[in-house]
Amino acid sequence: MNVNEPFDVFRARLNSGEESCEARTQQYLSTISRRKNLNAFLSVFEDEALAHARSVDKKIKAGGAGHLAGMVVAVKDVICMKGKRTTCGSKVLENYEAIYDAAVIEKLRAADAIVIGKTNMDEFAMGSSTENSAFGPVKNPIDETRVPGGSSGGSAVAVAAGMSSTSLGSDTGGSIRQPAGLCGIFGMKPTYGRVSRYGLVAFASSFDQIGPFANSARDVAHILKVIAGHDERDSTSAKLPVPDYLAAMNRDVEGMKIGLPIEYFNEALNPEIRSVLEKRIAQLRDHGAEFIDVSLPHSEYTIATYYILATAEASSNLARYDGARYGYRSPYAKDLSEMYTKSRSEGFGAEVKRRIMLGTYVLSAGYYDAHYRKAQKVRRLIQKDFFDAFKKVDCLMTPISPTTAFKFGEKVDDPLQMYLSDIYTVSANLAGIPGISVPAGVDRQNLPIGLQLLGKQFDESALLKVADFLEQQE
Amino acid sequence: MAMNEKYEAVIGLEVHAQLLTNSKAFCGCTTKFGNTPNSNVCPVCLGMPGVLPVLNKNLVEFTLKMGLATHCRIAPKSIFARKNYFYPDLPKGYQISQYEEPICQNGYIDVELKDGSTKRIGITRIHMEEDAGKSIHDMDVDTLVDVNRCGVPLMEIVSEPDMRTSHEAYQYLSAIKQIVTYLGICDGNMEEGSLRCDANVSVRRTGEKQFGTKTEVKNMNSFRNVERALEYEINRQIAVIEDGGSVVQETLLWDADKNVAVSMRSKEEAHDYRYFPEPDLVPVLVDQTWIANVKSALPELPAERRNRFVDTFSLPKYDADILTLEKELADYYEEAAAKLAKKDSESYKSISNWVMTDVLRVVNEEHVKVNDFPISPENLAAMVNLIGEGVISGKIAKEVFEEMLKTKEHPRTIVDQKGLVQVSDAGALEKIIDEVLANNSDQREKYRSGKTQLFGFFVGETMKATKGRANPKIVNDILKRKLGE
Ligand SMILES: [Zn+2]
Repeated sequence: MNVNEPFDVFRARLNSGEESCEARTQQYLSTISRRKNLNAFLSVFEDEALAHARSVDKKIKAGGAGHLAGMVVAVKDVICMKGKRTTCGSKVLENYEAIYDAAVIEKLRAADAIVIGKTNMDEFAMGSSTENSAFGPVKNPIDETRVPGGSSGGSAVAVAAGMSSTSLGSDTGGSIRQPAGLCGIFGMKPTYGRVSRYGLVAFASSFDQIGPFANSARDVAHILKVIAGHDERDSTSAKLPVPDYLAAMNRDVEGMKIGLPIEYFNEALNPEIRSVLEKRIAQLRDHGAEFIDVSLPHSEYTIATYYILATAEASSNLARYDGARYGYRSPYAKDLSEMYTKSRSEGFGAEVKRRIMLGTYVLSAGYYDAHYRKAQKVRRLIQKDFFDAFKKVDCLMTPISPTTAFKFGEKVDDPLQMYLSDIYTVSANLAGIPGISVPAGVDRQNLPIGLQLLGKQFDESALLKVADFLEQQE
Repeated sequence: MAMNEKYEAVIGLEVHAQLLTNSKAFCGCTTKFGNTPNSNVCPVCLGMPGVLPVLNKNLVEFTLKMGLATHCRIAPKSIFARKNYFYPDLPKGYQISQYEEPICQNGYIDVELKDGSTKRIGITRIHMEEDAGKSIHDMDVDTLVDVNRCGVPLMEIVSEPDMRTSHEAYQYLSAIKQIVTYLGICDGNMEEGSLRCDANVSVRRTGEKQFGTKTEVKNMNSFRNVERALEYEINRQIAVIEDGGSVVQETLLWDADKNVAVSMRSKEEAHDYRYFPEPDLVPVLVDQTWIANVKSALPELPAERRNRFVDTFSLPKYDADILTLEKELADYYEEAAAKLAKKDSESYKSISNWVMTDVLRVVNEEHVKVNDFPISPENLAAMVNLIGEGVISGKIAKEVFEEMLKTKEHPRTIVDQKGLVQVSDAGALEKIIDEVLANNSDQREKYRSGKTQLFGFFVGETMKATKGRANPKIVNDILKRKLGE
């Protein structure tokens, strides 16, 4: 059996009794154990997942199983599951067990999805290579000397290496789309407010969004359909109905207007990536889609704006890890002040500390106006760039990442170079719009090249439709 | 003091009022006071990873009430901010508050001063925030933290630096307490910390326009302490300047036992709270309909009620002031007044006297709440009615009052059971008076020979003979007639 087959196909065979969830779950568990060296998982719920799979099998037989019955999901270790370790890839939360379920976990369970384990990640979702995990880096299954991207590297690898049918990640500046691109799978960051953040450990609250990884656009749609929707526990979640994403995926792109941001297709773009994208553009054009050059004039400010605002929020969001109530407390502290400084100095990794310091600085008295306030204004301008572009087009197509999967250690000592990995993805988080990473081809070394589609707020349907179309092309 | 006339103080107050909502500001936990430590908690107020705040609409509603009662402009859109600092009783490492764009701005309160004049104190802003937990340091083991209070809604009322004396500050604070209790949004108890006050104080030479360097005084946990601490700090600053020194900007803690303010931290050590807009909450939008609804549901406020008491009940201003100081007492008075048989100024004043002297005496001596006062307003009115009807005398009424306190019985029952009905039967009284006169023939002679001040003696003897039940007016009439014979 092919573990990468679309969920629709698998589900049909489940319904007819040819397959069982238990067998499929067992198969994923074997792969997890066989490919342990990839370091994709931080916890695996072996017995629990199998027991759950058996009960879903019964439910399918009896009738009335949920929409995701038979789907085996891996969850990024930044999403809370009651009674389960939720480490966020950090020593600080190494032994922390969540005391409640995230909204998305409740929804997955209600839909009869099976959670197989929690995946490795850059510490507190800060990173673009999953090298920043306190529990060791995650390897790219396509070339184990290379990174899988980040920060949701573990979730991307779980799907790419056949350790689960889908997975959940979180995307603050590209942390779903970039690893999806580097691992050759689909990954979507929904519109900000589309999926409840309740239970997602915050990195940057006004950017964070939970989204799925999958082997097909349709599987992305299946899982999004379940996790999307208003949640009164998240004040920033939108009170909007969830459309029927699957119905919109009719593979008819005739008349669709797709924008190409001129600032993204400049001379700096890697030629291999450019040629893969051009091939995809041609396929869409052949089927009646129209391509229009658009401008996003404030693009050059996206990285700076993002790193000011996201680190500012992070510096505050991560203040709670102070050793007082839960998480790591330094054994060397002699008084309260030392408990704070030592617990945090010893507990957090270098990248997290770098961002906390940067964020603290931009919010400090005397620097706030020049940095934080200005960045807020630029964020609105960037958002306006997109809104203006979407007056002319249905969606945008861009590269996902400046390079394909890079080698371990290549960028880890050069934070700026690492931050530039997000150059094509952070704007969606600044603007709050949805984006999806679609496998588009490979480079000379056979490493995946992804393309990114960006859409209007709450119009994930358009992205899924184009992604699904591209999936059918060679 | 001559020295003080050379200087004038500039005082601004920051008042925190704990709001009487049922649940916390950003989660569903109860705000009930006195429960087992760390029992009124949930993942949200514990600041667990991944939680998000959800705004309690009543927090907005209560703050709107205060804003409208103090003539503030209500911001159609206001936002929350994070105030960042580390403390063990602050689970998130930040407090959700409002900073830029608070919900209420530019209001005022008119306060009455000792000399009877009125002074308008500006209100810069009123904003919403959440309380922190409690650190308990006086334990042998270590510092303990109780998170029950974490997330309890607070409203912070920031005044303009409009007060010039500790008395003005005291009056302003009293007015705030009066308003919040009238609005029913805070119990106003400073000792228990549901009303907290910090002061910014500076002094300058009288007539000068420029403000002096200010200090912040904290930890004044009673109305008296606020007055004393401000008095102390004003005098301290004057002394510093008189000595040729200059006031240092710092935060001081009032030590009520030692009667001194102790430096807590200097300007250099002051926190940088790194306020920024709270990304987990959406802006608070208040439309005109909401404002109109809150406005129309506002109860009568202290000043209005005081004026109405003067107008409706023809009470002296002094009486109205005392009766309306606390809403419960004003309610008590009004309920009693409504039950009076005779609705005239004499009866209104009479019941006012009873409330101001007898009711308040017991309230203060026994520390009972007006709402728990053993004598219901109806029964007090019934007692005053009995006086008016001549059933009992004012003197007997005192006895009835004491009995009502003990038994909570209706005054009529007490009067009947104890045989306290006033003797108004002229025939019966005449007989008694004849006996009194016969038994005191010496005094009667002296009276006749011009010692008329002995009239009181005969009244007293008659009262003694009737165990105080004789109708004093009739006794007077008869005595005058008989002694004049
Ligand atoms: Zn709570």
